Amino acid sequence: MYVAVKGGERAIENAHRLLAHERRGDLSVPELSLDQISEQLSLGVDRVMAEGSLYDRELAALAIKQARGDMIEAIFLARAFRATLPRFGMTEAVDTGVMQVQRRISSTFKDIPGGQVLGPTFDYTHRLLDPSLASGSAPQEPATASTAETPMPRVTDILKSDGLIEPSPQQEKDKSVGDLTREPLNFPADRDLRLQNLARGDEGFLLALGYSTQRGYGRTHPFAGEIRFGEVEVEFFAEDAGFAVPLGAIAVTECQMVNQFKGSATEPPCFTRGYGLSFGQSERKTMAMALVDRTLRARELGEDLVAPAQDEEFVMSHSDNVQSTGFVEHLKLPHYVDFQSELGLLRKLRAEFEQANASDPLREAAE
Amino acid sequence: MNAPAAAYNFAYLDEQTKRMIRRAILKAIAIPGYQVPFASREMPMPYGWGTGGVQVTASILGPDDVLKVIDQGSDDTTNAISIRKFFEKTAGVKTTTFTKDATVIQTRHRIPEEPLHDRQVLVYQVPIPEPLRFLEPRETETRRMHALSEYGLMHVKLYEDIARFGHIATSYAYPVKVNARYVMDPSPTPKFDNPKMDNCEALQLFGAGREKRIYAVPPHTKVVSLDFEDHPFSRYRHDAPCALCGADDSYLDEIVTDDRGGRMFVCSDTDYCEKRRADGHRGTESAVGPDLEAKHG
Repeated sequence: MYVAVKGGERAIENAHRLLAHERRGDLSVPELSLDQISEQLSLGVDRVMAEGSLYDRELAALAIKQARGDMIEAIFLARAFRATLPRFGMTEAVDTGVMQVQRRISSTFKDIPGGQVLGPTFDYTHRLLDPSLASGSAPQEPATASTAETPMPRVTDILKSDGLIEPSPQQEKDKSVGDLTREPLNFPADRDLRLQNLARGDEGFLLALGYSTQRGYGRTHPFAGEIRFGEVEVEFFAEDAGFAVPLGAIAVTECQMVNQFKGSATEPPCFTRGYGLSFGQSERKTMAMALVDRTLRARELGEDLVAPAQDEEFVMSHSDNVQSTGFVEHLKLPHYVDFQSELGLLRKLRAEFEQANASDPLREAAE
Repeated sequence: MNAPAAAYNFAYLDEQTKRMIRRAILKAIAIPGYQVPFASREMPMPYGWGTGGVQVTASILGPDDVLKVIDQGSDDTTNAISIRKFFEKTAGVKTTTFTKDATVIQTRHRIPEEPLHDRQVLVYQVPIPEPLRFLEPRETETRRMHALSEYGLMHVKLYEDIARFGHIATSYAYPVKVNARYVMDPSPTPKFDNPKMDNCEALQLFGAGREKRIYAVPPHTKVVSLDFEDHPFSRYRHDAPCALCGADDSYLDEIVTDDRGGRMFVCSDTDYCEKRRADGHRGTESAVGPDLEAKHG
């Protein structure tokens, strides 16, 4: 006797109970607090905020805890929560030129106004596992110096004053910035939407695409004009008050790539730009983003479209890891009825094949 | 984050979002088979797991609606249960497994066997809304092809199938032409279900969340499966009666019963099968548990 499969409801509940149990792990090990995650796994929190498009350290830490450290799952949790939040409006554009800089480097000039500031970086560390960390240790006090009052103009602004780099495209006055979370995306997409898509895009995907441009698939001859990380003020224009009110400060990383020239009979040659911006400290992400932003400008700059990283439909349709993981993992869902259809067709084709071969002895002889 | 369901609006989505989706639905109904872009939201379930269908359902659901959710024809598959529970929790609507009692039926991969009536809406979950996608990956191109009714490529594909296999080798997501204008993807339903879409009394809505598209087939609309005069469209159904209810007109699931080639075939539409058994129909394997009898009694 056969009884159709039942009991899915209880199975789901039990699976989720077991998941909660596994998430907590060994009960004799102290439980992680959100503060611990936010303070000690801070770059993970930054990534969840960036790709989750939600600047909230505490919620990002909660998402990481709930997701057992699975970053894409944590990003998904942040996104789903974000989708339910009301929109009050758009902030004013942040001015990274007056950033409270923690780190700022340029690979195009040895020295620049404001200087090179290494800040907290893995760069130049030797990747040797540190056994002293295993048992826990108090790090040395960071070295300090009095803050220089010199401003830190962006390197691209310095180049611009000499006319050596194309002007940064300005937003048209009456045109609002696009938002692909509120309006359906259509192709071809403008640069505001492309940058939003890249800012939310998967770090690994953008990294691979950016890398592919360095290896010749849509080469753009990039230089890291400047990478800066620090806090910027966020301001919101309040209709009632009639002026922009500060909402607070957020930490962001910005990368401005300086790329190969363009020029024509009518325009003198100049460098072109690729731009990357991300919540938190995410240099890998912003650098990759800047590379891909530049290659995606191929159409606008009249370059041949030959590489995946230049193809905005390809890049923008596949950069979102929440979408990608959903669709890849949906293959876990039952596909009984489709598979049954395919099985039926395949059996029919095979039967016809066998019949045809059986009645065709010449074919066998020839083989 | 662990706020009670009450913290969310009725049926989860905020009213602004619902209005945006309803507008897309109205446009879709006005242009049968045309894919209307909409600003799909991030839902609390993964893309590819029914977010499009869930958003459509959330937007049309009212407090008096009775909801049925099926996946592969069954009310008891895990994802159907998960979506049904989602609406029980966020909308508090009545749910049912009985096809005829439902006012809104959300489905993945099947159309119920029982003919739908004019008080019902069938909401399909759609993974890839673009029927031309696997022939032309570019959205800019496929939109142009639809605009110009340039469907030759699809017919060439079907013809090549015939040339290679002797048959049209598409067994599910079989393309249809709606209202003699747009070629449409019926979602990955087996082609067995295609004829049910034609002149259907119920409104059929299609939601693709990841791809951000909604389309519709209004009631009593002509839906024709693409074919050729000398290779007419044919339904596929395994040539056997259901082992539980004896039905010889329903789509069947193949159940592997052992590792020695043992197979049996049962209705994929569980409500249809249970109803038939409650009505006294029997198949070869139908010593049915009392719970099933009671359910429809």
